[in-house]
Amino acid sequence: MKNKKNENKSQSRRDFVQKTAMATGAFLTVPMGVESMARVHGEQKLKLALVGCGGRGSGAAVQALTADENVELVAMADAFADRIDRSLKGIQEHFDGEKKIDVKEKNRFVGFDAYKKAIDLADVVILTTPPGFRPYHFEYAIANDKHVFMEKPVATDPVGIRKVLETAKIAKAKKLNVVVGLQRHYQSKYIDLKQRIDAGAIGKIRSGQVYWNDAGVWVKKRQAGQSELEYQMRNWYYFNWLCGDHILEQHIHNIDVANWFIGDYPVSAQGMGGRQVRNGKDHGEIYDHHFVEFTYASGAVIASQCRHIPGTMSRVDEVFQGTKGSIEIGKGIITGLDGESTYEYPKKWGEDPNPYQVEHDRLFASIRSGGVIADAENGAKSTLTAILGRMATYSGKKITFEEALNSKLHLMPEQVTWDTTPPSLPDANGNYPIPTPGKTKMI
Amino acid sequence: MIRLSNISFFYQGFRNFFSKLSFNLLMKTETKLKISTLFIVILLLGSPFFLQAQNNYVESLAGPDFTLPMQFISGGSFKMGSPKTELGHFGDESPQHIVTVNDFWIGQFEITWDLYNLFVSRELDAQQKIKSSDSEVQIDVDAVSGATTPYVEMSFGMGIDNFPAICMTQLAAVKFCEWLSAMTGHFYRLPTEAEWEYACRAGSESAYSFGEDIGQLSEFAWYAENSNDKYQKVGTKKPNAWGLYDMHGNVAEWTLDQYIPTAYGARTNGVNNPLEAGEKVYPKTVRGGSWMDKPNRLRSAARRPSSKQWKKRDPQIPKSKWWHTDAPFVGFRVVRPLITPTEEEQKKYWKYESTQ
Repeated sequence: MKNKKNENKSQSRRDFVQKTAMATGAFLTVPMGVESMARVHGEQKLKLALVGCGGRGSGAAVQALTADENVELVAMADAFADRIDRSLKGIQEHFDGEKKIDVKEKNRFVGFDAYKKAIDLADVVILTTPPGFRPYHFEYAIANDKHVFMEKPVATDPVGIRKVLETAKIAKAKKLNVVVGLQRHYQSKYIDLKQRIDAGAIGKIRSGQVYWNDAGVWVKKRQAGQSELEYQMRNWYYFNWLCGDHILEQHIHNIDVANWFIGDYPVSAQGMGGRQVRNGKDHGEIYDHHFVEFTYASGAVIASQCRHIPGTMSRVDEVFQGTKGSIEIGKGIITGLDGESTYEYPKKWGEDPNPYQVEHDRLFASIRSGGVIADAENGAKSTLTAILGRMATYSGKKITFEEALNSKLHLMPEQVTWDTTPPSLPDANGNYPIPTPGKTKMI
Repeated sequence: MIRLSNISFFYQGFRNFFSKLSFNLLMKTETKLKISTLFIVILLLGSPFFLQAQNNYVESLAGPDFTLPMQFISGGSFKMGSPKTELGHFGDESPQHIVTVNDFWIGQFEITWDLYNLFVSRELDAQQKIKSSDSEVQIDVDAVSGATTPYVEMSFGMGIDNFPAICMTQLAAVKFCEWLSAMTGHFYRLPTEAEWEYACRAGSESAYSFGEDIGQLSEFAWYAENSNDKYQKVGTKKPNAWGLYDMHGNVAEWTLDQYIPTAYGARTNGVNNPLEAGEKVYPKTVRGGSWMDKPNRLRSAARRPSSKQWKKRDPQIPKSKWWHTDAPFVGFRVVRPLITPTEEEQKKYWKYESTQ
């Protein structure tokens, strides 16, 4: 793309790519990992707080506690007390008596402002609430000098993205470590294949297809006596202010890989989608399928498809075609233009280290050695790419990355209390307004 | 015209008779042939209905789109385990001992994703068969707890249509059986290790049901050498002598038994219908080897313990009760015993617990 006149200098895509490339390069050359941990044995205890005590947050807490000998879980926060109880029990059972967990009753914080109290008590924080809250939690954590592990996506709207980008700069300036749970960046197979692509194994990427097609995820039915807000918080996957739709919440992984392998962010997107099968009252307002074309400055086009429909073809994968060949990441195979395989990733199932563990091993090793991992900027830009895709499918329009980045779309209330009215409300029949291409405005 | 209730009564009577008879057969093996012949003659003359009950049949689920062919396996005695001289023999396969199992039907194929996904989605539950007082099971499908939808795509891109379901925990496989029973009115459960090995051997005593020659393995099984690093559609290799496909390879298969490596040592005098019904979640036994395995693990006698490690990459805590993120090699098939256990007994087969 040549039309760069409108780019905001401080947030320009190209500028960003260069910085990320530098950060990634530096990151890859610093030897870190389990070996280096031995040297820090006996150093200062690191206190850990978990903000967002769902299954994934609890899993991340276990990985953090496993990553380093001298970490202690000291505080937990969630909107709901029962989630904290369940999480704590799960973590304790996992370690079966190992003394890494000391979350006193008074340090289990419940409610929408609970995150501040938990973060205050810690050196390292895990941010794993529904993604809508992430920008606010991240901002507070960095303002208070904490190292961060946060799950993807890192926001649900462009206002949130801009907050994360601003905060990412501050984190870097403060030399705080920020790891984002786009764990493919910490997965040996992806790292190996990415290096080969960078070395020219398929030439320059011209096109690709990225997929997250499967049967979908959990549904939490409305319970008697629940307020509308509590219902939406419990069944958060289906509400955009909290979740951002599955193109964001899950498919971001694959879209992020496209950005990572191409080494750029798209210039524009257009696409289509809808809710054909998953369209009941318990399914809120999100779509069950999206298909987006992302166009990059080089002219490369990525077809992105995500579908949550049972009984259809399942595939979660990334595939790219270049000027000299192609790559299928799922199979780990690189082929030349004649279709002959030129490289096959040698490791079999289960032989690679668990990337969910590796991301925490790296985080704590970096904290111990005074390194800086700065994942937040890419996390925000890849999240924005997925939001861009959603804007395209909801509106039916072609939308540019810059338009998305500067959009005033604001789904997430600045502050949420139990008195807050959720941004989407059901009609008299219990149905939520559904985005409609051609009518829904997205910028 | 014979009234249906009479037939049913007659049928039950024969079942009881048969059950006692098969027990007696253990004691007097030399008379086995005579009695069996006599028995078959009685059957032929007396009860066409009963004969039909012993036939293979196709279970259909919520209409003709979802079917489950079941092969009838006549009960009998066999040598369970393997001799130390067998290539690849492992200590837990010793000593060889005589085991007798009752009659049962067993799935001709491994359970496919097509069927398994019905259990996960529970979309067709409204089509459960109406049960009568004669039905083998009385439970309602609403009472069966369901697996959660997995957060990762559990076929890992290896295929759905007619491909075997994988990555389920033993609890999930057990609950599938309970669900299938509620849907069909027939009592289904996982096979015991003994039933599985009996069905796999199909009368053979060799390392594989077709003999000892690993050179032939590719005709019968998908395994590391020929699977192209993925599971394959069920029933695409040759069946064993009893018409069962993929007993060796493709996906390893859950059994009901706790894995106890020394279990065979306690069975020196021969046993009937053994089941190591341990309470612990790990390890349970899986059988038959998979698309990832070397021939050794595909042998009829080979036993493999399940492990907590099979959930290593589950990013959530508590880890899923329903999914083994790291076991893309494990699936299952179902059995239906000819003699239906009592309601109380049925529950035991369906009440397996599971933890992280």
